[in-house]
Amino acid sequence: MNTPLRRVGLTMLAMVVLLLANATYIQVVKAEDYRDDSRNQRQLLYEYSRERGQIVSQFGGTILAQSSKTNDRLQFLREYRNGPMYAPITGYYSWRYGSAGIERAKNDILTGEDARLFVRKLSDIITGRDPRGGHVQVTIDPTVQQAAYEAMTSRGFTGSVVALKPDTGEILGMVSTPSYDPNKLASHDGNKQEQAWASWNCDTSAPNCNHNNPMRNRAIQETYPPGSTFKLVVTAAALEDGATADTPVESASNVVLPGTNNITLENFAGATCPGSTLKDALAYSCNTAFAKLADELGAQKLRSTAKQFGIGMDDLSIPLDVEESHLGPLDSSAVLYQSGIGQRDVRLTPLQDAMLAATIANDGIAMKPQLVKELLAPDLSTLEEFDPEELTGERALSSENADVLRDMMIASEANTSGEGKRSDLTIASKTGTAEHGNDPKNTPPHAWYTAFAPAEDPQVAVAVIVESGGDRGLAATGGTVAAAIGRLTIDAALGEG
Amino acid sequence: MNRPVGLVGGRESEAAATNPGGAAPTTRRGTELLMLAFAAVIMTGALVLVDANQEQELTLAIVWYGLAYLGIFAAAHLAVRRWAPYADPLILPCVALLNGIGLVMIYRIDLALAERATQVGRDFTGVAPRQVMWTVLALALFLAVLMVIKDHRTLTRYSYTAGLIGLVLLALPAVLPSAISEVNGAKVWIKFGLFSIQPGEFAKILLLIFFASFLVAKRDLFTVAGKRVLGVELPRARDLGPIIIAAGVCLGIFVLQKDLGPALLFFGVVLMLLYVATERFIWVAVGLSMFGAGCLLAYTLFTHVEQRVANWIDPLETYDEPGGGYQVAQALFGLGTGGVMGTGLGAGRPETVPEANTDFILAGIGEELGFIGLAAVLMVYLILGMRGMRGALAVRDTFGKLLGGGLAFALVMQVFVVAGGVTKLIPMTGITSPFLSYGGSSLLANYILVALLLRISDAARRPQPQARQRPQQQQPPIAEAHTVMVQAPSAGGGVGESDLPPAPPPPPPNGSGPATYPGPGSDGAPAPGPATPSNRGGHSGAANGTSNGPGADSAGGTDHGNGTEGESKA
Repeated sequence: MNTPLRRVGLTMLAMVVLLLANATYIQVVKAEDYRDDSRNQRQLLYEYSRERGQIVSQFGGTILAQSSKTNDRLQFLREYRNGPMYAPITGYYSWRYGSAGIERAKNDILTGEDARLFVRKLSDIITGRDPRGGHVQVTIDPTVQQAAYEAMTSRGFTGSVVALKPDTGEILGMVSTPSYDPNKLASHDGNKQEQAWASWNCDTSAPNCNHNNPMRNRAIQETYPPGSTFKLVVTAAALEDGATADTPVESASNVVLPGTNNITLENFAGATCPGSTLKDALAYSCNTAFAKLADELGAQKLRSTAKQFGIGMDDLSIPLDVEESHLGPLDSSAVLYQSGIGQRDVRLTPLQDAMLAATIANDGIAMKPQLVKELLAPDLSTLEEFDPEELTGERALSSENADVLRDMMIASEANTSGEGKRSDLTIASKTGTAEHGNDPKNTPPHAWYTAFAPAEDPQVAVAVIVESGGDRGLAATGGTVAAAIGRLTIDAALGEG
Repeated sequence: MNRPVGLVGGRESEAAATNPGGAAPTTRRGTELLMLAFAAVIMTGALVLVDANQEQELTLAIVWYGLAYLGIFAAAHLAVRRWAPYADPLILPCVALLNGIGLVMIYRIDLALAERATQVGRDFTGVAPRQVMWTVLALALFLAVLMVIKDHRTLTRYSYTAGLIGLVLLALPAVLPSAISEVNGAKVWIKFGLFSIQPGEFAKILLLIFFASFLVAKRDLFTVAGKRVLGVELPRARDLGPIIIAAGVCLGIFVLQKDLGPALLFFGVVLMLLYVATERFIWVAVGLSMFGAGCLLAYTLFTHVEQRVANWIDPLETYDEPGGGYQVAQALFGLGTGGVMGTGLGAGRPETVPEANTDFILAGIGEELGFIGLAAVLMVYLILGMRGMRGALAVRDTFGKLLGGGLAFALVMQVFVVAGGVTKLIPMTGITSPFLSYGGSSLLANYILVALLLRISDAARRPQPQARQRPQQQQPPIAEAHTVMVQAPSAGGGVGESDLPPAPPPPPPNGSGPATYPGPGSDGAPAPGPATPSNRGGHSGAANGTSNGPGADSAGGTDHGNGTEGESKA
């Protein structure tokens, strides 16, 4: 019976060979996939064992996030100053839940894994110093961030504020409310992390679950119907198409949607437009004028102008990934009518809305929004500095048309109510009151305000969205709810807050 | 029967050649001691690495641990020197190495778990000291087995007892209330307050003993050809009884214990024994199709089986489901992170995987020692299995061959099941890694297994001191008694063939086999051959005679037992 025994021996050999082949597949071929899976916390735990770099502001070196030495095994605790305020920028860094924001986007620099830090890492090892991570300097202006954040939270608003420097694309402020405290997720106490995470991510339909998606960065991850702020894009397209400020436009109080059985599109409050030129239409935000204008321009022209503003760009990274803003399918006149006033399927992120104002402020050239100013080595020497970059390389509108549009926006600001107006500062703005939901007429609208200032030499462009009417419910308008916040943010950016 | 005789005969003589029958064999105990010292060096080095990477204080204590470890195995070595001097020199060092690596890993995971416990403010007691205690106990048991069982053939006397106890042990947790038998959803335990045992680990060996001796006595039953279909001789339907019973028992255990591991192992080993005993591959085919059908049935009937399969197909997909692929996915993450070189002992996160120190200890080894380390461990298992198999090939009695082969196969099969599960080659089943995993039962049982392997390999290489062995030695290639039987009449025409049972012409007078060949008076006496002059009788006689060959003086009683058993059943 030795022959079958030998065969059994061969079978044993084959079984081990099979195991080895499979182990090769898992540990060599597929190793990288498994190593980099976001649910694999080993890499994160390894990163914890060295000092992670800081996230600082370019203004006065304000520290947003830093690591401090602890006595436990994880060695370093990540700390966020004003955690909730800066959470949309810093994100979080958790050994249980991974990371987000700059913590995730610039992880290689912060951990010191980046190739540019290799030589320094090597010398650290040789000289016996603990390897440290590099630092990330962000473009955020703490004054702007704080003003905007406090303006939103003190009113209890849900929404977002974005402030941009028009000529460089630097993001001066990026607020999303309600926010969360990333310190809780960075805690070394697993239970605390778990509780915090659960309270922000529970199923909202469940009982005892009371949150409003605080971990969603509304500025770049959420898209909203832009309402009348979208009229800036339609106007730009019309101006590029040869229209002027004085071009006559529709001024009726309502128009019937083409191809429908008497479904009408009305001006705000059913009023007749106080003027009949393009300038008047924008200044008074006449819906009927822009509905018809959009249809006359057609989908193609609308799209090509929108594209130069950045709408439809699906790979924008600041370096946090930005949700794509889009126009939706502009496939009939009726749809174009509704899209012309920023409704129907038009969706913009608050960042994109700020880019509308910023592009007009920058003579019609959209700049790529950027959140990172500089990457620094552990010894604070510069690794990489970011230069302003044009977004698409093409103008959204000519310099002259940008000036025309600016003047229209100044006129619009004159018609806009809300607090915080100043006689010594000219603001160019556009408000929006966007309907949404399944029953738009009975759902409190989103209130928008997008602006830049000073109009003659723009230093800052902002966009504000207050979700679902803020504190005014159905009566909310962009002017009454959002404008004041926008003006406070502008004041902070101009150093007069 | 249908095989080319010459080929088989050639191989048989080859086997005999590797078997140092003639020249006075060396005991090779020196090699064993050297290899044990080598294992101790590796184990101590591993301990140093863990402590260094975990930033524990490096003290001389480590040297003492290493020496203590060496001391324990030196004691085992001395016992082998005393009670099994001709045993294979590599088996014990392989075991020592695996056990040492296991201890280091368990200690290392203890450190990590203690750290975790401190973080959340819980108390934690490491299990490494317990495993050390189990190791010492297991080695004591190992010594006891070597001392008490001086000849493995003694075991055949207790085959039915072993089978009964084995079956009871196996079934016990399944029928006991869950409260004292269920851990993590698998009913394979018996909990005794302070500690708990997995009786299945012991049942594995007891049932193996039973099956081996049962098959030695009854193997003719399984070689009677049934109908020929498509050129394949099917077994007779009524002979399928035992295998159906085995399959049924395995399936029953599997369903009741909610754990595929032990059932898979048993069934695999039974099939292997049946194949070796009968040399008919059809048994494997029948068994595998039964297994396939059983799997299919279980898959359709039980959701937890379905879940396991889903976890196997894509553990990342079922990652978040309760009872989903989290564990396997974490093991894969660990293995992937380890890559080829590994993170280094003590520098990885093996504790991330649930059950890191038991079923998933191989994942930890793969993570920290990399593919290289995992492959090395698997190779050590293979060497261990192959050395056991070598003993089985060389030993002269049929029971020893079956038992040795079965034990060696069971070991490798168990490694295949657990390592395959951890690395997603096959669906995960709850089973331990022999010698590596934390767990007293597994360790104790596997040390018994190794003691038996050593005993068999000792019997295989031990020279026959008696003068009456001389005639046998003058026919060097002959390792088995039955070979002699056929050789006598047909002048070397069918060497080795007589082992294949239904040899049509009733071979030589049945009595002559046992009588002429081993010739030990007491053994020849019960020769059952004459009593049952049928083919079957002749063969149980032959088998019996086989076992008479070696170590005849010490095993007289054994053969009596075996003989009578064969007789009564024939």
